[in-house]
Amino acid sequence: MAVGHSALQIRSSGASSTLELAIDGIVSPSAISEIEIALIGVPGLMSARLNLTTHRLSTEWVHPNFNPAPIFPILERLGYLAVPFTSNSAEAEENAQTKWLLRCLAVAGFAALNVMLLSVSVWSGNITDITPETRDFFHWLSALIALPAAGFAGQPFFLNAIRAVRAGEMTMDVPISVGILLALGMSVAETAIHAEHVYFDSALMLLFFLLAGRVLDHAMRLKTRALASNLAALRASTALRLGSDGTSTEVSPDTLVPGDVLLARAGDRIAADGTVIEGSSYVDESFVTGETAVRPINVGEKVFAGMLNGTGVLRISVATTGASTLLAEIERLIDNAVTAKSRYVQIADRIARLYAPIVHVAAAITAMGWILSGASVHDALIIAIAVLIITCPCALALAAPTVQVVVAGASFKQGILMRSGDVIERMAEVDTIVFDKTGTLTLPEPVPLNAAEIPAELLSIASRLAETSHHPLARSIRELAPKHLGPSEALHEASEEAGHGVRASINGVEARLGSPEFCNMIMPQGSDSASIIGVRYGTQSAVIRIGQKMRCDAAETISTLMKLGFRILILSGDHENAVRPVAHALGISDWQAGMKPADKLIALDALKQKGHKILMVGDGLNDAPALAAASVSLSPATGADVTQAVADAVFLGNRLAAVKIILNLCRSGRAIMRENFAIALIYNLIAIPLAVAGQVTPLIAAAAMSGSSILVTANALRARNGKGRQ
Amino acid sequence: MTVLIYLVPIALGLGLMGLLAFLWSLRSGQYDDLEGAAYRILNDDDLKEPKG
Repeated sequence: MAVGHSALQIRSSGASSTLELAIDGIVSPSAISEIEIALIGVPGLMSARLNLTTHRLSTEWVHPNFNPAPIFPILERLGYLAVPFTSNSAEAEENAQTKWLLRCLAVAGFAALNVMLLSVSVWSGNITDITPETRDFFHWLSALIALPAAGFAGQPFFLNAIRAVRAGEMTMDVPISVGILLALGMSVAETAIHAEHVYFDSALMLLFFLLAGRVLDHAMRLKTRALASNLAALRASTALRLGSDGTSTEVSPDTLVPGDVLLARAGDRIAADGTVIEGSSYVDESFVTGETAVRPINVGEKVFAGMLNGTGVLRISVATTGASTLLAEIERLIDNAVTAKSRYVQIADRIARLYAPIVHVAAAITAMGWILSGASVHDALIIAIAVLIITCPCALALAAPTVQVVVAGASFKQGILMRSGDVIERMAEVDTIVFDKTGTLTLPEPVPLNAAEIPAELLSIASRLAETSHHPLARSIRELAPKHLGPSEALHEASEEAGHGVRASINGVEARLGSPEFCNMIMPQGSDSASIIGVRYGTQSAVIRIGQKMRCDAAETISTLMKLGFRILILSGDHENAVRPVAHALGISDWQAGMKPADKLIALDALKQKGHKILMVGDGLNDAPALAAASVSLSPATGADVTQAVADAVFLGNRLAAVKIILNLCRSGRAIMRENFAIALIYNLIAIPLAVAGQVTPLIAAAAMSGSSILVTANALRARNGKGRQ
Repeated sequence: MTVLIYLVPIALGLGLMGLLAFLWSLRSGQYDDLEGAAYRILNDDDLKEPKG
């Protein structure tokens, strides 16, 4: 793996430097010892530690001897691909946030257990022989533990609540904060007047359960985010920048500025938008436009980031970052789509909007009712606050996050990375699925379509000739056949003629691979969009048709989805001739071809106007705006960077069944979420009358709160066995 | 009940030690790779290595 050192992210401290690498290809835990042992003895390397959760290798080097170059071939030999990893700020922030939440959780847990210990002593003492002095002592001790602990551990809720109130919104954090603060305040006041009942334990337990839910949620997001950014790092290409003196340096594409001159070698992906100033080649732009064609490109023509350079070397002048570049246009469309999409309000927040006013009014009515019926103001207030404490939405606040964690974990096991928890609710509402064709319904790389009809010997020769070529299609021919020819029948005098093909001699007989003319063959007639490659060996010859092949389970997945009642459409940027056979083979009657990114947006808008909830599945740069505009979106891990950044979920592997799996998981997840809200509601229906009647003691509050939380969490675990499991 | 005067601080002190131990383990990165840790404990390659 040739990587310029300028592109490496090195952190230096004192006598050592550390370098983090994203590792691809880890399938079993044995990778830990395999990699770490293989790297023992690399000069200058002090330690190497593989993180199995994030698939990253952290290496530490003796300062002056920093030279990571030797470890790349070692890892490659073991079957792993390593790429220097630049940690992004969003991930680092999320990491810090998770640790902060864990610290809060630890403090809340410590305080809750100790206060509960004191509370149990008081409760048992109250029915036996505790003296008021001892009880006061225990209460003050509880206050001493609870107040600083709640002040520290409650920050995540307090800060969010303040933010929400300032923004004029109502989230679950507001009633939670009010409940905790009232419980603590009342308990201090009651302790001061030597009363029997205080609620320090309830407040801390509430904090502990809620923080547990939040930590789980963050840990899951952290893991999917780490793996998603590994994917990006593994595919991120470096660009070759030409200096004024003619030397080339390898740089990261983000560091390019307009006016830089890039060198694109045969087989490279072009790193930035620009204009060709020297050279001619063929480019494969299916990644950018969705079209499957490979087209010739010459001096003066525009090229876009993501195009695959074919046979020739190109010098490209990087375009000014104006509104004229394709990427800028795509980003403008994405921005519009995102702002047009009204912010999705999760069930939990919708309930919070109703819930907080109802409970607060109920508490106020309780207080007035008791005062009117002759109770003292003090007693009435205590009862009203007990209503707030017992209804504090512990189970409500856990109802959704627990399910989100379980569903995200289950989908992760199936190779689907969800970006956020609210994907579940949006995914469960979907009734229409829009597919892109190239790279989504079909495999991302073109493959030979008629390999079975070609004699094995010719196939083998074609694959060996392809190894010497840089043409974009050569890679798919390379993997075509097992090597029948022995080493003695090696290729001789292999040479490539740009734009035509490669030739070599095997056993003194000339072999050619390339355009049909180059192989002295007649161009066969064909109406489909497949590219035609000829292969000739002496007198034998054959035609290899290379084109987009459908994912192996596409037909099965589409027909299952149709049976489930989803409306399926194809919106493709490709030519009509290429889309029609695919749509026909899959039995999809709603399809449109030749669509530009803006056309896709218009089509989605029309569907949304009719009230449809759309799942968009796409991979190309041209799909990114549509992914942003759809209710929810899914992208294969082979998709363009921008596209994956916009998509709500990313799936690994070649199986389209991921669409079916995630829909099923999310639908059963939402069903269980609703059950959880029902459980929380039933709990409140039982608890509120008791509290209003003044019958709730701290013991009852503690039992009810933990009981409902555990019930909701246990119920959430059922989402793991979603109906989508295969 | 004078026994409480030293029993309670001892109980709290023990709990606090547990809390500090957790915070230390968190800070030193022991929760960064929960999956790997499960397999590392089974790894006895370090025994075969020659000493020094």
